Amino acid sequence: MIGLMILLVYVAIFILSFLAVRFLVHKTTRDFTSLKTVTFGDESAVTANRWASVVSVVTIFLIWGSFTGSALVPGFLHAPGPFLGETSFTYTLQAPDGQTDDATVHVKVAGFGQESEKFEVPPGDGFAKDDAVAMNASRSATILFDRNDEVTRKDGANIVAIDGEPIGPGQDIRTPAGSFTLTDKGAISFAPPKGLQMEPIWLPPPEAVVQRMVEIADEGYRDSTLWRHLGYSLFRVIAGFLIGALLGIPLGYAMGLSAWFRGWFEPIVEFMRPVPPLALIPLVIIWFGIGETGKIILLFLASLWIMAIAARAGVSGVNISKVHAAYSLGASRWQIMRHVIIPNSLPEIFTGARVAMGVCWGTVVAAELVAASEGAGMMIMVASKFQLTDIVLMGIILIGVIGFGIDILMRKAENFLVPWKGRS
Amino acid sequence: MSGLSIENISMRFDLPNGSAVQALKDVSLNLKEGELMSVLGPSGCGKTTLLNILAGFLAPTGGRIVMNGHEVHGPGAERGMVFQQGALFEWMDVRANVSFGPRMKGQRESEWGANVDHLLDVTGLGDFKDKAIYELSGGMQQRVALARCLANDPDVILMDEPLGALDALTREKMQGLVLKLWKETGKTIILITHSVEEALLLGERLLVMAPRPGRIHKEYRLPFADMGVNADLREVKKAEGYAQTREEILGMIWDMEEEIMGRTEDAQ
Ligand SMILES: Nc1ncnc2c1ncn2[C@@H]1O[C@H](COP(=O)(O)OP(=O)(O)O)[C@@H](O)[C@H]1O
Ligand SMILES: [Mg+2]
Repeated sequence: MIGLMILLVYVAIFILSFLAVRFLVHKTTRDFTSLKTVTFGDESAVTANRWASVVSVVTIFLIWGSFTGSALVPGFLHAPGPFLGETSFTYTLQAPDGQTDDATVHVKVAGFGQESEKFEVPPGDGFAKDDAVAMNASRSATILFDRNDEVTRKDGANIVAIDGEPIGPGQDIRTPAGSFTLTDKGAISFAPPKGLQMEPIWLPPPEAVVQRMVEIADEGYRDSTLWRHLGYSLFRVIAGFLIGALLGIPLGYAMGLSAWFRGWFEPIVEFMRPVPPLALIPLVIIWFGIGETGKIILLFLASLWIMAIAARAGVSGVNISKVHAAYSLGASRWQIMRHVIIPNSLPEIFTGARVAMGVCWGTVVAAELVAASEGAGMMIMVASKFQLTDIVLMGIILIGVIGFGIDILMRKAENFLVPWKGRS
Repeated sequence: MSGLSIENISMRFDLPNGSAVQALKDVSLNLKEGELMSVLGPSGCGKTTLLNILAGFLAPTGGRIVMNGHEVHGPGAERGMVFQQGALFEWMDVRANVSFGPRMKGQRESEWGANVDHLLDVTGLGDFKDKAIYELSGGMQQRVALARCLANDPDVILMDEPLGALDALTREKMQGLVLKLWKETGKTIILITHSVEEALLLGERLLVMAPRPGRIHKEYRLPFADMGVNADLREVKKAEGYAQTREEILGMIWDMEEEIMGRTEDAQ
């Protein structure tokens, strides 16, 4: 239900912001693309609309904040929250002799995660006495109403109505105060209205995640600071990737340059290529345990084949005219390797390296989820066992940000080191 | 004995399906130092194959190539090559491309610098020496290819349709440049082209090849290249005999093409 509602809100924002931007912004800009009459099907005329990107990101935070009652989102945008504060209802108790009496239950509902303080109320008159219940939002409370009553369930009394609505054991009713169930033994189970907001244990508001991040950055989690956890993951990725590249690139070159090497390694590479690195985790744990060695070997294996294949493609991709030209200019084999084949393969190798870094980053998190004593994956795995959803979310966000950052850095390095890529 | 001699070269490609292509059959030819020869012929008559054999990239199935008294067995710096396109090193700037040969020989910049800069100026690349290859137009790139070849000081320059990818205007300018460089450096040049005009303008000697099997069909000795060294190429085209020779060769190639077409139609 909530899911469907969020989807509807999302689609509505998508369409409305499109219309708004279209009528308010787009008409005022005039560039070359806006002069094109054919844009549908002209890929070059499609550039990401920055307004859409901004609205998209804002929308995600807005929906997140709105359905978690975030303090960052103005109150009128909040989805209806759970009932908080004081409420009360009356129950009608029928004694075995057929007499009935009403008593009022006063309920104080505290917010998520707040202490619900016990309180007292005067008992009132009649044989059913008033009760006081303290509880938390979105929870249900089982109310043993007859602890103070003069006639109890043991004596054969039972509840026949709540707020005037008849009810019997095992039945549910809903009143403005909330929903009620009589348990089989005749106790009242009461839940005040839950509203549409998510509980923090399912989805904490953004500021809670930020706050938790600050806290963990400061104090650490599971014996390591946040930076140490992330540093471990990064270190594993970089070490595994570097070893993989250091062996994989020469291997790929050898496969591109020598028939014997190609024949020898082709079956191995072609077999290992489709094996997802995640499938190797159990074997690596059996062989090397859960320490650093095993993880680095796993990442090494993840990047090795990608880098070997990239280097081989780089060698095969050399225009034979370049090699011929170099020979005719008097270059030796080694010089051709150094000045033609290696530089010519760099664009392919960079593409491979970007893929390999992405795969390694994914693999390290997965490996840490399975077993580790530090690392981003371990952090969110352990946190999830304690229902610390804020840490889990923070971990996921940081993993995403770092993965994205790695890719941006690789692209920058690529533009700097192989500016001729795709331009020859 | 200096110069290049092609002795009874044959080249047969055995295809995987068991058949074979006779790309060249009994081609013999002598080139003296400083000669400029253009080679024409319908496509598939073995021009590129011949050039690859001369450059040493392919070993012929029969015959031999003798260069300056030595039999050719592989590529060598005394036989420079200018390709149609795609043979420049994009990861080097213009000057590094042009100085590639001398640098590979281990020469220092003090040894090659002056010559390379001179060649850059002659080819009109003086202002572009620090540019990246991908920033240059196609015509500029071919100038780099020419300069790179010359900087290595080969005895023979082999060109396989070096101007084939250029537009008509650029092409005409480059034809003038080739003639100028030929006269200035005195190199022996073999230039393959599919343009009859270009073959006429850029050939002291003009070789017409015929296909299936690839062989020399006819050879001309022409005055136009010498004229072109000092005169506007457009004037040369008005020279006596030019139009007539052009028509003759065009007719010849026409007939060969017709024959090929006919044969393939028969085969169908
Ligand atoms: N590597 C090869 N394998 C098989 N056949 C080839 C090969 N290279 C060229 N040929 C054939 O040899 C003939 C001559 O080719 P080529 O020298 O490229 O002709 P041209 O340059 O005159 O157009 C063509 O019929 C071509 O199909
Ligand atoms: Mg050819």
